[in-house]
Amino acid sequence: MSEPLLQVAGLTKRFGGVIAAEAIALAIPAGECHAVIGPNGAGKTTLVGLLAGEIAPERGSIRFDGRDITALAVPGRSQLGLARSFQITSLFADFTALDNVALAVQAHDGHSFRFLTDARRDAALREPARAALEAIGLGSRADARVDKLSHGEQRQLEIAVALATKPRLLLLDEPMAGLGSDESARMVAMLRRLKGSLTMVLIEHDMATVFALADRITVLVYGRVIASGDPAAVRADAAVREAYLGEQDARHG
Amino acid sequence: MKAALKVLGVPLPACWLAPRAALPAAVLALLGLVPVYAAATGDPFALTLFGRIEILSIAAISLNLIMGYGGMASFGHAAYLGIGGYAVGILWKEGITSGFVQWPAAIAVSALFALVVGALSLRTRGVYFIMITLAFAQMVYYVTQGLDRYGGDDGMTIGSRSGFAGLVDLNNATQLYYLCFALLLASLVLVSRVVNSRFGLVIQGARSNERRMRAIGISTFRYKLVCFVIAGALCGLSGALLANHTNFISPAMMYWTRSGDLMVMVILGGLGSLFGPVLGTVTYLLLEEALSRVTEYPGLFLGPGLLLVAIFLNGGIESLFGARRRE
Amino acid sequence: MLYFIEQCLNGVQLGMLLFLLAAGLTLIFGIMDLVNLAHGSLYMLGAYFAATFAAATDSFVLGAALALVATAACGMVLEVIAIRPLYGRPHLDHVLGTFGLLLFFNELVRLIWGPAGMTLSLPSEMLTAVQIIPGLYYPLYRLVIILVALAVAALLYVVVMRTRLGMLIRAGASNREMVGALGVNIKLLYTLVFGLGATLAGFAGLMQAPILTVQIGMGENILILAFVVIIIGGIGSIRGAFVAAVIVGLIDTLGRAFLPDVLHSVLSVNAAMTLAPAISSMSIYMLMAAILVFRPEGLFPAASR
Repeated sequence: MSEPLLQVAGLTKRFGGVIAAEAIALAIPAGECHAVIGPNGAGKTTLVGLLAGEIAPERGSIRFDGRDITALAVPGRSQLGLARSFQITSLFADFTALDNVALAVQAHDGHSFRFLTDARRDAALREPARAALEAIGLGSRADARVDKLSHGEQRQLEIAVALATKPRLLLLDEPMAGLGSDESARMVAMLRRLKGSLTMVLIEHDMATVFALADRITVLVYGRVIASGDPAAVRADAAVREAYLGEQDARHG
Repeated sequence: MKAALKVLGVPLPACWLAPRAALPAAVLALLGLVPVYAAATGDPFALTLFGRIEILSIAAISLNLIMGYGGMASFGHAAYLGIGGYAVGILWKEGITSGFVQWPAAIAVSALFALVVGALSLRTRGVYFIMITLAFAQMVYYVTQGLDRYGGDDGMTIGSRSGFAGLVDLNNATQLYYLCFALLLASLVLVSRVVNSRFGLVIQGARSNERRMRAIGISTFRYKLVCFVIAGALCGLSGALLANHTNFISPAMMYWTRSGDLMVMVILGGLGSLFGPVLGTVTYLLLEEALSRVTEYPGLFLGPGLLLVAIFLNGGIESLFGARRRE
Repeated sequence: MLYFIEQCLNGVQLGMLLFLLAAGLTLIFGIMDLVNLAHGSLYMLGAYFAATFAAATDSFVLGAALALVATAACGMVLEVIAIRPLYGRPHLDHVLGTFGLLLFFNELVRLIWGPAGMTLSLPSEMLTAVQIIPGLYYPLYRLVIILVALAVAALLYVVVMRTRLGMLIRAGASNREMVGALGVNIKLLYTLVFGLGATLAGFAGLMQAPILTVQIGMGENILILAFVVIIIGGIGSIRGAFVAAVIVGLIDTLGRAFLPDVLHSVLSVNAAMTLAPAISSMSIYMLMAAILVFRPEGLFPAASR
């Protein structure tokens, strides 16, 4: 069996005395949609930071596509094909939607030391960017400034920007955050279309989304992996019910 | 005006609608006509005043490139004016009067200084960046104070203007003026090209959201550093012009309040707008001149005026003419 | 050796003045997030007020006391009229606005007191020197500056660490919204802090006045030194400001005192005489640049920012 696309081993990080990640292990084969869930304070945000390269681990290793990327900084990981979306929308607020995506295309085109030609008339940037916006359903909003877009549109644009870097793995940090039910349904439909063509790590609060999309689920509690497996197995896992789902089931009656 | 800018190769974004284009056009046209006015009235002072405005406009344009577009608020930009000026003055003193040597030297030394300052300063952010750039400018200020051979604290009169082998004669006030005017136009074209290029979008993206920039795979440091060097070089050219304009260099060119003046011109005109720095410079220097003619205490009015602009005119003068506002 | 000790004392004395300026600056920056280029103007006003009131009352101490009150009042009025609208705005708007205030105050002083400058003479009993160690006589007034400034530093420490106002100041520096949510009158707190900063700046100005002349623009050079102090110390940290002020004061003074001789050993007298002050002035900025390169948030970074 070939090596998983993303392999994490023994990943550990503490903040002060608080354990945020303790010997986390993950093995995510290419093409899988892998969800990471856990109650508040489980260390999901830390895990995103560790995987994206914003936080350096104390111990452990991260391998991506057969390469050790533990010491690689954020831009380097992105160049290798590890893209991410942000939990709190993080876009170029004073750029248009199209400019946002085009800049991401440009970032992976590898030619940013060009000083005199108009990048906004560069078909090599604009056409893929426009296509990415169309694909995500934002084609009609291409020329609107980001701060004029609705929250739902901004969440979609978040994904479009990440996709424009032609990633092999997409790290989705709570893509449903703050979305209404209609918008959520559209987002789930969109992510489902991406499934299979793209490996995804989905950090999410919303259980309906997780069970609708995930091939496998990892459950984090207090920085530790307490269960990992296919949705049915995780649903049936006693420890998980105890720590997390039980709580939810109780609340939903 | 639109046609004129097209000829010059300035890309015109769709938002360049009438009122926004009309003002730059009018200002540039008037600047172009100053020598005609000076000749008609026999008033050479107009050439001196507006020549100075053009030169400092170039400096303000260069500062706007890093501060307005790149979010790098340099509080030491007058250092490059001084370095450009001293390059011309020192070479003259050592017997090299050719502008073909002096000016490239002014640009090169300024660029080199910007490279060093940028490489060290761009590690810091916010107010720390403002202050570390100030610190480097103060260092140059004190270095020139210690240059005894070149006038030390008092500065030095430059005996002759840069020579250009008969191509242009800078001793002719009109020719010097039009050279400044041409370089001002060229700076506008250069900056408008740069900010709309792939490089320029990276710079503006880094100002807008550094974290997202890194997440899409661009490490911004190199781009910011190159931008910082371009701005330093352009301001160095402005310094070479200034030394020729006044025939005088002194450490006072680089005192921190001069850097403050440049910042004021850029913010007053409108950060991150192409023509804002020119508007800011014209307004600031003309106001200063006009006030000093009607009152002995121009600062009593100029100072509160700046405060009012800071409080009420978010986005500078440019924003009065329909430009987008800063967020 | 005695000369060295004397110069060290001079350095500490300059450091104390810088601390008085920097403490206000760092409080205003740390709490209101305001870049105040007009802080040096309050230093200048303090000196002018003291010179005027001392001449009018024929008493140095009374003049100084009146000057403190006047500077504090000026500071608070300034805060209410001109500074308050700038809170929460981008730092560059602060630069624009307070640079305008600096121009205004320079001109106002020229209008009121004329362009010539003034002198503030010390009472005769201050003009003596005291023997602090055998063979070393040190001007009493400079000693008084050091002691008074130390007392002010101690007082400031007690106020900030032990009183309710100090608690609010410390809370405000780390969490503005929280203090507001607690129902504290933020506007009043800000006015008081600005007034405190103005008083400290005016105090520094009037203490320095008898040593240097009182003149327009006297606050500009020292303002930048005070900025260097708060950057080296770490913005918002009074302790950092104290340590950095003493370091900067010592480097500046010792550089001026000893560099000419050091340089003279390798250069001609003339070259050494012009180069030495330049190099010693530069050394402070080199120190700051070096510190920022290695510690981008200063020596004592305030915890949360």
